[in-house]
Amino acid sequence: MRMEALLVRLEVQEILDAYISAIDEDRLEDWPAFFTEECLYEIIPKENEDARLPVGVMRCENRRMIRDRVISLRNANIFSPATYRHFLSGLTIKKTETDSVEFSCNYVVIRSNQAGQSFVYQTGRYHDRIVREEQAWRFAQKRAVFDTSRVQTLLAIPV
Amino acid sequence: MQKTPVFPCEDGSRVPYKVFSSQEIYDLEQERIYKGPTWSFLGLEAEIPNSGDFKSTFIGDTPVVVTRAADGSLAAWVNRCAHRGAIVCRLNRGNAKSHECVYHQWSYDLQGNLAGVPFRRGQKGAAGMPADFKPTEHGLKKLRVESYRGLIFATFSATVGDLKTYIGPVMRPFVDRIFNRPIEYLGCTRQFSNSNWKLYVENVKDPYHASLLHLFHTTFNIFRVGMKAHCASDGELGLHSIIMAIKDQEGTEAAYKDQKIRSYDQNFRLEDESILALVPEYDIVATNHIQPIFPQLVIQQIHNTLAARQILPKGPNNFELIFHFFGYADDPPELRALRIKQANLVGPAGYISMEDTEVTELVQNGTASDRDANSFVEMGKGQPDESDTLITESLIRSFWTGYEKLMGFSAEAAS
Repeated sequence: MRMEALLVRLEVQEILDAYISAIDEDRLEDWPAFFTEECLYEIIPKENEDARLPVGVMRCENRRMIRDRVISLRNANIFSPATYRHFLSGLTIKKTETDSVEFSCNYVVIRSNQAGQSFVYQTGRYHDRIVREEQAWRFAQKRAVFDTSRVQTLLAIPV
Repeated sequence: MQKTPVFPCEDGSRVPYKVFSSQEIYDLEQERIYKGPTWSFLGLEAEIPNSGDFKSTFIGDTPVVVTRAADGSLAAWVNRCAHRGAIVCRLNRGNAKSHECVYHQWSYDLQGNLAGVPFRRGQKGAAGMPADFKPTEHGLKKLRVESYRGLIFATFSATVGDLKTYIGPVMRPFVDRIFNRPIEYLGCTRQFSNSNWKLYVENVKDPYHASLLHLFHTTFNIFRVGMKAHCASDGELGLHSIIMAIKDQEGTEAAYKDQKIRSYDQNFRLEDESILALVPEYDIVATNHIQPIFPQLVIQQIHNTLAARQILPKGPNNFELIFHFFGYADDPPELRALRIKQANLVGPAGYISMEDTEVTELVQNGTASDRDANSFVEMGKGQPDESDTLITESLIRSFWTGYEKLMGFSAEAAS
């Protein structure tokens, strides 16, 4: 039993690490494949989450909307070049079933701009659920509930 | 009065760069605008529905609290203890029957009246407050507060007319268009821009940039310069305005081709087009309704997403922008879900708004070093009465003309 829990934990860490690496290395085209076709991805301020208010800063209700984000970021939206580095901690596995795992973990995104400055752009906690699909784990839900409610300038790249 | 004019001309077509970064002008704005004859937007009544509900916010630089009293009326006061100046209410939001300063536990009722002073009458031989101490003279600084159709405003001014008059007869029908029945608050998003607050005011009065900066519109064939438009300023100082883009099925792709505009692209299609649905809700079916009520409010309807944006200055080089999203209390579930989905269009990650704070920072960075040079604002100047086009900067000129008067920079104000 302990060994099984450890394996689940390793699998969760693997998908989390692969996910943040795709974003941090600017492989946004790979980002939609981390999700199931019917999924929920959202970035919502903790302020609203705590008050049970529904509005967030980004909300994709399926993988098509996630792909649309990528097309828009690459071709339509205008923002200064910046680099993200994600740091994760405090992983807590909440519920494990055969083909589904629920967990949460902290994240910090440090953003670096063209002038060479780095600053804490966002801290928060992921509330995620992954499901096994064709041998691979994918996010059926990824909710980034963030503490840094005052977003600096804009949020283009997902977290 | 200034010896040399701040603005080189009074028609609003030249804006000296220094107004975007001068501490001196910023300080004067606090006195003449935020503490002057204006009404500043604080929040929605729907944010504080119950008696005792409160919200901390600002008028310009000044921290204020707006709260609902036991009888359901609204009260607003400066969030600064009458004793030694500490912030009294330390939470962004909450519910309280009274407010107490933590420093010496001076307490105030919801109207801001001083209700209690510990050891006022001394103790064990200590004298306490002087005999002539009158609690009625040491309340919190109270503000005039009024609500118009659920939008709460307050003012420091004893002389400015009532809120309805301040919004004015030209602007009211457009406020009424959106605030036509009870609303429900759906949450807020906040962003911080390293640029002057007036650059954002210019931005929401600038229909010319909409399809040129925000390429989402044109990339996915949503919005065209050739759409029918309505642009107008209020009839008084010209500081409030309305821009509406009215739905028109006729494409104007040819107009873009002729202009060789980089945003023209026929190839991209959204996989999930529901984000651009437009459920008709009003007599005039508009994709965009952008209505700044100077100085702190912008009313927004974009497709079916509704928000009251609050602009808060944070020194000459920064401002905070808070989107208060809402729906109608009687929204059917599908329409409510659509509003929440369409919040993707606006706010810090908004498909058609994220660039706004980016460009205000570009202007801030571009103008900070050459304070006596001017920006050039002449689009549509030859046709001052033209109100049916988006290719115009007339609302920006109108804004600066009113700003000059309010700030005492114009000859008319000086005379």
